[in-house]
Amino acid sequence: MKLVPTQETIFALSSGQPPAAIAIVRVSGIAAVESLQELAGRVPEPRIATLMTLGRDPVLDRVLVLFFPGPNSVTGEDLVELHLHGGRAVVAAVEAALAALPGLRRAEPGEFTRRAFANGRLDLAEAEGLGDLLTAETEGQRRNAMALAEGTLSRAVRRWRAALIDAAAAIEARIDFADEDDVPEDDGGAGAVIAPLLDEIEAMLRVPPAERLRDGIRVAIGGPPNAGKSTLFNGLVGREAAIATPIPGTTRDLIEFPVQISGMAFIFIDTAGLRETEDFIERIGVDRAQQALDSADIVIWLGEVGTAPGGALHVHPRCDLPGREGLPVGADLAVSATGGTGMEALVSLLVSRGTSLLPREGEIALVQRQREALADCADSLKLAEGAPDILLVAESLRGARAALDRLTGQGGVEPLLDAIFSRFCIGK
Amino acid sequence: MSRSFDVIIVGGGHAGSEAAAAAARMGAKVALLTIRRDQIGAMSCNPAIGGLGKGHLVREIDAFDGLMARAADAAAIHYRMLNGSKGAAVQGPRVQADRRRYRAAIQAGLTGQENLEIVEGEAFSFRIDGGNVAGVVLGDGRALACDAVVIATGTFLNGKLHFGMDAKAGGRVDEAPSIGMAAQLRALDLPMGRLKTGTPPRLDGRTIDWARVEIQPSDGEEWTFSSQSHGRSCPQVACGITRTNLETHQVIRDNLYRSPLFAGAIEGAGPRYCPSIEDKVVRFGDREGHQIFLEPEGLDDHIVYPNGISTSLPLDVQQQIVASIAGLERAQIVQQGYAVEYDHIDPRALGPSLGLRDFPGVFCAGQINGTTGYEEAAAQGLVAGLNAAAFALGSAPVLFDRAESYIGVMVDDLTLHGVTEPYRMLTARAEYRLRLRADNAQSRLTAKAMAIGVVGVEREAAFVSRETERCEARKLLDAKQGKRSLFESLCFPDFALPELFEHQPLLRNISSDVLDELVNDGRYAPYVERQQREVLRMRSDEVVLIPDDLDYRLIGGLSNEMIERLEAARPTSLGAAGRVRGVTPAALAAILVRCRRMAA
Ligand SMILES: Cc1cc2nc3c(=O)[nH]c(=O)nc-3n(C[C@H](O)[C@H](O)[C@H](O)COP(=O)(O)OP(=O)(O)OC[C@H]3O[C@@H](n4cnc5c(N)ncnc54)[C@H](O)[C@@H]3O)c2cc1C
Ligand SMILES: Nc1nc2c(ncn2[C@@H]2O[C@H](COP(=O)(O)OP(=O)(O)O)[C@@H](O)[C@H]2O)c(=O)[nH]1
Ligand SMILES: [Mg+2]
Repeated sequence: MKLVPTQETIFALSSGQPPAAIAIVRVSGIAAVESLQELAGRVPEPRIATLMTLGRDPVLDRVLVLFFPGPNSVTGEDLVELHLHGGRAVVAAVEAALAALPGLRRAEPGEFTRRAFANGRLDLAEAEGLGDLLTAETEGQRRNAMALAEGTLSRAVRRWRAALIDAAAAIEARIDFADEDDVPEDDGGAGAVIAPLLDEIEAMLRVPPAERLRDGIRVAIGGPPNAGKSTLFNGLVGREAAIATPIPGTTRDLIEFPVQISGMAFIFIDTAGLRETEDFIERIGVDRAQQALDSADIVIWLGEVGTAPGGALHVHPRCDLPGREGLPVGADLAVSATGGTGMEALVSLLVSRGTSLLPREGEIALVQRQREALADCADSLKLAEGAPDILLVAESLRGARAALDRLTGQGGVEPLLDAIFSRFCIGK
Repeated sequence: MSRSFDVIIVGGGHAGSEAAAAAARMGAKVALLTIRRDQIGAMSCNPAIGGLGKGHLVREIDAFDGLMARAADAAAIHYRMLNGSKGAAVQGPRVQADRRRYRAAIQAGLTGQENLEIVEGEAFSFRIDGGNVAGVVLGDGRALACDAVVIATGTFLNGKLHFGMDAKAGGRVDEAPSIGMAAQLRALDLPMGRLKTGTPPRLDGRTIDWARVEIQPSDGEEWTFSSQSHGRSCPQVACGITRTNLETHQVIRDNLYRSPLFAGAIEGAGPRYCPSIEDKVVRFGDREGHQIFLEPEGLDDHIVYPNGISTSLPLDVQQQIVASIAGLERAQIVQQGYAVEYDHIDPRALGPSLGLRDFPGVFCAGQINGTTGYEEAAAQGLVAGLNAAAFALGSAPVLFDRAESYIGVMVDDLTLHGVTEPYRMLTARAEYRLRLRADNAQSRLTAKAMAIGVVGVEREAAFVSRETERCEARKLLDAKQGKRSLFESLCFPDFALPELFEHQPLLRNISSDVLDELVNDGRYAPYVERQQREVLRMRSDEVVLIPDDLDYRLIGGLSNEMIERLEAARPTSLGAAGRVRGVTPAALAAILVRCRRMAA
């Protein structure tokens, strides 16, 4: 497939923020080659790392250059990679030199990925993964994004789709070519295809969702007013993010704060103390608190024993105060947010709970859109299994195919017809 | 210019006949210009109408008060409901038609139509006036003026017939090709392609040993193609079934070098679902035999059509093939089989009204658009005829939607995807086929047809009273019986007519075709509801219109392949663009942004 170069050539720093040992600047588009010609005086052999000098007067940097001619590059366009020495000044100088060249401009966020997708170098599922990879902060996020970007999901979808087309071809042939003696009067083993497919898809749906991995495990701190929620929250996030005072009802709205612990992303949420109140604003806060507690992945409960919501981590707070030293029966842990007692134990409890809430090594986590499409596919397959006539089996298989197509964004009836005509001798 | 019409239809095949009748029903003054008046309505190939997907098209044409279904009923000598046991949505009505009676019925339908005149002659070129079509010039120099033209010249454009390795120019056996018109279309610089199809040798039925073949009788049930027909108008005959065998296949293999297909003399692509017997033997070498239906061509005609051995091998090989088959050992060939190659236009040059985008007022229908089959041709004839008339009379185009008819599916497929092989209707092409059934064509379409005024008074009256009955019956079905209504119970496969009558005896008064339709509605209701979401999603993209002058090359990031396809098809809406093959969601998003910018 030859590609139409887009009008503008884009560049951007593709590695992390300087300063760093090296910084990689990428240039993609029709003017990529010209710009290299301009800056370095020549263009290296495709795909061979070559040491070159950027700039004449003044010399900007001695850099390693890689050239990937389109369409066989990640973006599908001519692509140049400059591996600079990663000081801020060097990077800024090279960027300025590039920006001064005709037809070049700074890339918008995600634009490299968008071009790759539009040029057919990535499908929707891969593009989603790559987007995540670029923003991945924890090791788990990176692993998952890598798996998606390398097309693990797309590969699985392609395999499922091929199996579905095969099963559907036998059935469609029976429907559309009823009078043909080459077409057998059975379902061509559709049932045998559907069951294992359904198992695989449901297994993938059981993997915890990617949002938890990407956005963090949501930990809500709840309990009555003045229990010490905000103070504990500040202790956990490591700064005075919430106002903590002896006045009950201080916290009114939800306060969220993302934190990384042991390579795992958490979002801590401080909530208003739960109580009956006449204060209109506080009542809204209490409602929100309740919702946050209901939807959290982990709840830390600071109230009396026996009042904790199911599954909550029951923490006995302010254990430095006289009369509160012991661990009441039924509580999991005593902490002092001000003194630090029990804080480490609390954190390691959170980490071990969190681990069980995240996809394991080797599992691919899906984002909401992908889960919905797969769930749709699974629903259709279940309908196909129970369908009373082959027409409804065919309809369910079509639904399943359409759902998979929504994952990778490609479809059409042609592959199905190809399968039919290659398998059966049809036509008079 | 001597005579003047609103619309001229060029070609009196299945597309042209339906187009002429439809345009005249719209109230346009119509001329049907065709080479031979006596060949109007001729079936070039198999004397059968309908089948899977095709039968749906015929019922839809009928819902618009077209000709084909009624002519098929008038000429039918063998009825068969295909897929009788597989669910109503894919049941395909099919009849074997007496060739002469079919032609006569079509011709009678046309001569009885007001506003319609048949002109014998060959169209040679157009008159174009300020970019608009102004008339047609005939081969003999006559000229006719008009505001719109429908080209329905079938396999005649630069037609070339292959009898073995001998090739000669021709549109059909014993009929000359249409060279002038082909040159005219090339001169208009339209995208053109070449396709091929073939037909089997015809046999003298009196020389077939019928005792040695299996017999297939006509359906016992009294269904008809048209809702306006009643019962059987002709005596019914049986078909025979026999098979090729290993000896047949050996004959074919030994002579492949004499097949124009395999020797490379034919350049056009043929249909995969209508392969020649040599194709079948080469592609499926492991099969021990292929079925052949022996179909009588008429009541007072002894010719038999052996459905399944279409071939372009030379006559002596055809004789050996026939002689190797059980029951045909002594059968005489009365007309040899042959292949035909012809020019067609790339239908992506057409808009959803089947009008040429670049030549307002010129419409195309039938085989010329890369399709195959009488039903496909007739259905396009209907669309082109309605729209040519609408164009000439200045009224709104009549568009068909994928979610509403097989006609809509076909037009959408053709104009967006083009063709790589002759296009045939299949139910698998209709993603909404559970709602598009052959048995509910009038409920789906006749109201629309009445709104544009193409339904005769008789059908209108029949339809209105049927709708009244349908509403009453539906009310009876919708009344709650305990937890759910009878209608809702219909989605359980073992809940059928006897159960309905038991719960609601009044339903016995409803005519059976109305009740059957409602029962099928109920059967598929849960699935149709699921699909409704899809339909809504499609419709929401359908209302985002793409401006005519959108330059896809200015949209960043579209691949060349996408640009080529989009430029060829010129989808009119974002929904249509999404159906162009290979167009990704990201590309659609980019197109959407561009459209918004242009609108702003
Ligand atoms: C040999 C052969 C084999 C076929 N095999 C199959 C098959 O296996 N399966 C299948 O489904 N279909 C088959 N068909 C196709 C089927 O016959 C057509 O699809 C169908 O007839 C097309 O209808 P139409 O109206 O487009 O064209 P036609 O039925 O071809 O009608 C065209 C009409 O236009 C007239 N005409 C042409 N040029 C001019 C002109 N310049 N001026 C005036 N009149 C003109 C002709 O005289 C003719 O009446 C075959 C056709 C042929 C010829
Ligand atoms: N000694 C001690 N005081 C605490 C501790 N945690 C909270 N407090 C005090 O308890 C009061 C209420 O705390 P706050 O965090 O605002 O409670 P919230 O209403 O549950 O958010 C404040 O005066 C805090 O200083 C603790 O661990 N030790
Ligand atoms: Mg607080």
